[in-house]
Amino acid sequence: MEEKYLSRHFGIDKAYNLDVYEQQGGYSTLPKAFAMDTDAIIAEMKKSNLRGRGGAGFPTGVKWGFMPRDSDVEKYLVVNADEGEPGTFKDRMIMELDPHRLIEGCVMTAWALGLRTGYIFVRGELQLAIRRLEVAIKQAYEKGYLGKNVLGKGLDFDLYVHSSAGAYICGEETGLIEGLEGKPGQPRMKPPFPAIVGVFNKPTLVNNVETIAAVPFILEHGGEHWASMGIERNGGPKLYGLSGHINKPGVYEAPSGITVRELLERFGGGMREGSDLKAFIPGGSSCAVLLPESLDAQMGFETLREAGSSMGTGCITFMDQTTCMVRLSARLAHFYHHESCGQCTPCREGTGWAYKVLNAIEAGQGTPDDLALIQDMITGIAGNTICAHGDSLVIPVRSYIEKFGQEFEDHVQNKRCPFPRWRKMRNTQRMSA
Amino acid sequence: MALEFSDKSEDKFNEIVARYPDTHAALLPVLLLAQSEFGWVSVEVMDYVATRLNLNPAKVLSTATFYTMYNKQPVGKCHIQVCTTLSCALNRGYELLELFEDRLEINVGETTHDYGYTLSEVECLAACGTAPMFQVTWSDGEIEYFEDIDPDKIDGVLEKLNARLSDLPDTRRMH
Repeated sequence: MEEKYLSRHFGIDKAYNLDVYEQQGGYSTLPKAFAMDTDAIIAEMKKSNLRGRGGAGFPTGVKWGFMPRDSDVEKYLVVNADEGEPGTFKDRMIMELDPHRLIEGCVMTAWALGLRTGYIFVRGELQLAIRRLEVAIKQAYEKGYLGKNVLGKGLDFDLYVHSSAGAYICGEETGLIEGLEGKPGQPRMKPPFPAIVGVFNKPTLVNNVETIAAVPFILEHGGEHWASMGIERNGGPKLYGLSGHINKPGVYEAPSGITVRELLERFGGGMREGSDLKAFIPGGSSCAVLLPESLDAQMGFETLREAGSSMGTGCITFMDQTTCMVRLSARLAHFYHHESCGQCTPCREGTGWAYKVLNAIEAGQGTPDDLALIQDMITGIAGNTICAHGDSLVIPVRSYIEKFGQEFEDHVQNKRCPFPRWRKMRNTQRMSA
Repeated sequence: MALEFSDKSEDKFNEIVARYPDTHAALLPVLLLAQSEFGWVSVEVMDYVATRLNLNPAKVLSTATFYTMYNKQPVGKCHIQVCTTLSCALNRGYELLELFEDRLEINVGETTHDYGYTLSEVECLAACGTAPMFQVTWSDGEIEYFEDIDPDKIDGVLEKLNARLSDLPDTRRMH
């Protein structure tokens, strides 16, 4: 068994309380971090090969390097805790079970980049996470880890929890910034990037929860140590959320570069009895679906791209032979339509039309022209919008049609879906908008 | 009657506003606070929030209608929100939704006559490892997750929910 980092405290009773966290060695690396300057810290972050854990996988050290160095400008830290990519449930564990880890990471980040204010942007539904974070922040203030002159080192850093109110699009970093400003979460054009013009029009660093939670370990053990627990360009252990038709769904820590097969068999307990793996989604619903032949793909941004999909959040959904790929693609189209912020026509309208046509095929009302129609529609979405939300539907739908084209054609030809229904009592599959 | 926060909510309001460099940024959490105080987000509530934050009411309206957690009409004391996205769809989430419809004798999207329950279908709630699951928003503003639910034991689940109803305010009468 590898040593645990990110999930080290998950099994410890009340590790969300400051005294327990300190007993476990928490906050003890702060003096070491405070003895390092901006360049030294960014150098360690780059060496660590830590990639943004929210799904985009941008190298964290490089992102930090984009932040302006002027000391007289107000700069903000925003932690993206708007976890909502279907299939993803890892950040929640950090916030609920080990909130001080996140706070300690925030303090170090603030020190490194001269940030005076931080907001943890949590989706409003996660009330336990919000409560645990609020209590932990209060405890950290009382102990002098937050507030004026932290540990007497001259750092003034305030940290707050910002509760969102239900909008998947706020997980997109500029949508999140709009939401933090009190507005509808409609993503902004980039550039300018948040590092130049972010929240309240000030330079802003936006990082995912798991990314920031890794910072204390990287500064404690050094960037090289972190990078050694991974593969080329993908450093460090990571939290993998496994779900679907498997025996032991849950969140597990393992190194970057572990194969999907090992995650499924060693941690997920394999497929359930009577379930054969039909397909899996490696990193949340916006990733292309993969077949069992890709089980030996390594969890990394480049390796999964080579396998024809993407790493995303690293939370894997496994599906068995009872899963209808037409219905699943319709369900995902419904999700992306429902969550479209509405400002770009191709996404707002295109996701809705994709849903209607896919749902018609699933209901046995598809025509032979519909598959070409869908291809045409999603081509109109891809690349024609401000943010990646529209593409997040295009990528999976294309992959379902490419890998399970026969299933789509059979639905059209036989005018029915051959798979067991999700709803048992009613004849029609209904998804209320 | 003019709306007014209770003393407790007033304290919370001041604490929230103090976190941000401008009042607009306080809008999301203040609207949630107002919803837990006044039951639902009516135009009257939006106006009150606009006044308190010195914002144009149109700005409050555009935000209040964008986010799904604000109820623009009264809901039941117990607002059941069943997740049916990806992992929940694969793990009997729709059956769970259907059983709630059956037992509560309402369709998804509807509220029982006594405003005890509202039933909604919602998108991914980041609990995929414990599917199927549902979230409850109680009329006092508390949110609770119910995870790893066995749809065959729905009646026991409903009994537990029922037990809490009598202590909760009716959202129609909260303002």
